[in-house]
Amino acid sequence: MFGSLEGKTALVTGASRGIGRAIAVALAEAGADVAINYAGSQAAAAETAQAVEALGRRALVLQANVGKLDEFESMVKQVVDAFGSIDILVNNAGITRDNLIMRMKEDEFDQVIETNLKGVFNGIKAVTRSMMKQRSGRIINISSVVGALGNPGQANYVAAKAGVIGLTKAAARELASRNITVNCVAPGFIETDMTDKLPEDMKAKLVEGIPLERLGSPEDIANIVRFLASDVSSYMTGQTVHVDGGMYM
Amino acid sequence: MSDVLERVKRIVVDRLGVEESEVTIEASFKDDLGADSLDVVELVMELEDEFDLEISDEDAEKITSVGEVVNYIQSHT
Repeated sequence: MFGSLEGKTALVTGASRGIGRAIAVALAEAGADVAINYAGSQAAAAETAQAVEALGRRALVLQANVGKLDEFESMVKQVVDAFGSIDILVNNAGITRDNLIMRMKEDEFDQVIETNLKGVFNGIKAVTRSMMKQRSGRIINISSVVGALGNPGQANYVAAKAGVIGLTKAAARELASRNITVNCVAPGFIETDMTDKLPEDMKAKLVEGIPLERLGSPEDIANIVRFLASDVSSYMTGQTVHVDGGMYM
Repeated sequence: MSDVLERVKRIVVDRLGVEESEVTIEASFKDDLGADSLDVVELVMELEDEFDLEISDEDAEKITSVGEVVNYIQSHT
């Protein structure tokens, strides 16, 4: 099978819903055992686990705040204890606290940076020891098209997502000699709970800015993550793959 | 003493791909044995496993030579 993940183990953060769930399922389809991290929605995380197990793979559900290093480290330890290794880390967990800069509270800025940027650093730090020892590893960080283009009302989110692109490059250079690749996926507007809430006229307006004239699906992102997690992408590191219907080019 | 030194030597030879004769007490990992900073981190990880101890980041930063490793292990095991 092209891009098989047979015998591999993965941890996906923020995997209870949306893009994270689609990634967890796609990795399981490719043959990986998958640990599913969630912050708040336990019932949704359990549904993702059922989908993984329905594909004949092992699933592990783990609650943790990725913004806290000690919580991330103990989560990675549980994955290694249960699965015997950690081959793939997908840093997907993210939150939004949108506001105009003039109205944005310090706390709103800090929370988004803590989860969306520091959370990625914590993940990379937590898996490095284990991946260095086994002389292989795949780290995939989820950024956003707005990290490349900017977006009004999202100064905190944009700063964090642009930061993830830089962090990906630094980590890629630092870990390349140990055969650990670090890449980034920057989704455009994807049909999830987050975009479902937008009014129809705003959605229509959004679509006008997308050359492919439609929103993406979570599976569109999951397919690229699966590719980056597999051996077929072994000569790529430090890259950001833009999966946004052509918004950024 | 000699036992610890021998075990450390074996790991250093294995990890850094140097000749055993080069691994003297005075030898600096970076200056004499060609290690980069990531090699030193890995060396520390392997020593932790071999001697079943945990070396804090602060202590690990101070370890730069074979002799310092041997001293550290002897005073912590």
